Amino acid sequence: MSKYSEILFRPVFKENPIALQMLGICSALAVTSKLYPTLIMCVALTVTVSLSNFFISMIRNITPSNIRIIVQMTIISSLVILVDQALKAYDYETSKTLSVFVGLIITNCIVMGRAEAFAMQNPPGVSFLDGFGNGLGYSVILIVLGTIRELFGTGTILEYEIFPLVQNGGWYVPNNFFLLPPVSFILIGLIIWALRAWQKDQIEEPEFKMSQNSPEIVPNPPPTPSSKVAS
Amino acid sequence: MIENYLNIFINAIFIENLALSVFLGMCTFIAISKKIEAAIGLGIAVIVVLAITVPINNLIYNYILRDGALAWAGLSDVDLSFVGLISYIGVIAACVQILEMFLDKYVPVLYNALGIFLPLITVNCAILGASLFMVEKDLYFGESVAYGLGAGVGWALAITILAGIREKLKYSDMPEGLQGLGSTFIIVGLMSFGFMSFGGIIL
Repeated sequence: MSKYSEILFRPVFKENPIALQMLGICSALAVTSKLYPTLIMCVALTVTVSLSNFFISMIRNITPSNIRIIVQMTIISSLVILVDQALKAYDYETSKTLSVFVGLIITNCIVMGRAEAFAMQNPPGVSFLDGFGNGLGYSVILIVLGTIRELFGTGTILEYEIFPLVQNGGWYVPNNFFLLPPVSFILIGLIIWALRAWQKDQIEEPEFKMSQNSPEIVPNPPPTPSSKVAS
Repeated sequence: MIENYLNIFINAIFIENLALSVFLGMCTFIAISKKIEAAIGLGIAVIVVLAITVPINNLIYNYILRDGALAWAGLSDVDLSFVGLISYIGVIAACVQILEMFLDKYVPVLYNALGIFLPLITVNCAILGASLFMVEKDLYFGESVAYGLGAGVGWALAITILAGIREKLKYSDMPEGLQGLGSTFIIVGLMSFGFMSFGGIIL
């Protein structure tokens, strides 16, 4: 049992697809200015990645390896078409807001990456769990982003007013800055920083190390030509 | 006439830059921007593939998929637009494959320079995204050529700039958790703010 929960939860914090594996970033940035479309996007992606992992794993033994990419693409795009059509049928407004980003789940590297890295080697049940876990890991980051951006950008969460707005007689002036798309880059950068402060093993080794001042060196070395220029 | 094309071209490079305004192709954008040479190679590959696939997908959309487009075959009430996604990705995968074989045979220098980046482009969302935007904007054939080319040049420009900045940044002393990925995200965010200043331009 612990093996299954390991497969399910490892992608959430330890190997988060966005924060560590650098997968599926595009949609994380563009759809998160409000929480509701973000949630829809999370559901769409989680469904797609779980099911595509499941089906690709089911036919993994009969798929010739030289055409596997095309086979995977076909399965994934059929699933995405299903999700897209379902969304257009039941929630047309949100599907307009998400515009091309539902279609772009096809090329979302999480789906492709998990199919290639996990579903091709493992039985369907476990692959489904792995897909679901990665969907969750993606959703966690997106929901955090969506919440922060909607809360500070408009003072609401899911259209429900948290901070009383100035125009409704409250005190909060909405910070439209948070609704701008580039903010999500900076927020993800900060989330990664926070995550790495907690999970130390995710820190990347720098290519060059700053040399520390060693005690043998005289605190005030005699001025050299280069340091004169600086002064 | 020519103004219209030029307008779409410039618009696609600066104002609706695929990487920095609509955030497409981010995975490769961030993964392959450590070295300027690699970034330029990938940028050229993206320009070539976009300039080929967007017009082809435009033809497919206008003459086969769109509502009533099959009138020339006598099927005027057939709407195939729901299979759009799968046809576009098929076209892209096929084009990349053909381009790879063509370059391998006739232009081996370029083929070796691009190396691993060509097959990677199939799963780059900028390529599929440009085709989807082309459909959403309802461009006709000539315009789609200008749009595809402009979108490619814009993406290549963005990744080259980012690679330049990251090459300089590797000598800097950052907090541990920000090294690598974290700082890259923040830089891209700041670059993206820079590109937003093109936003108000009306050509």
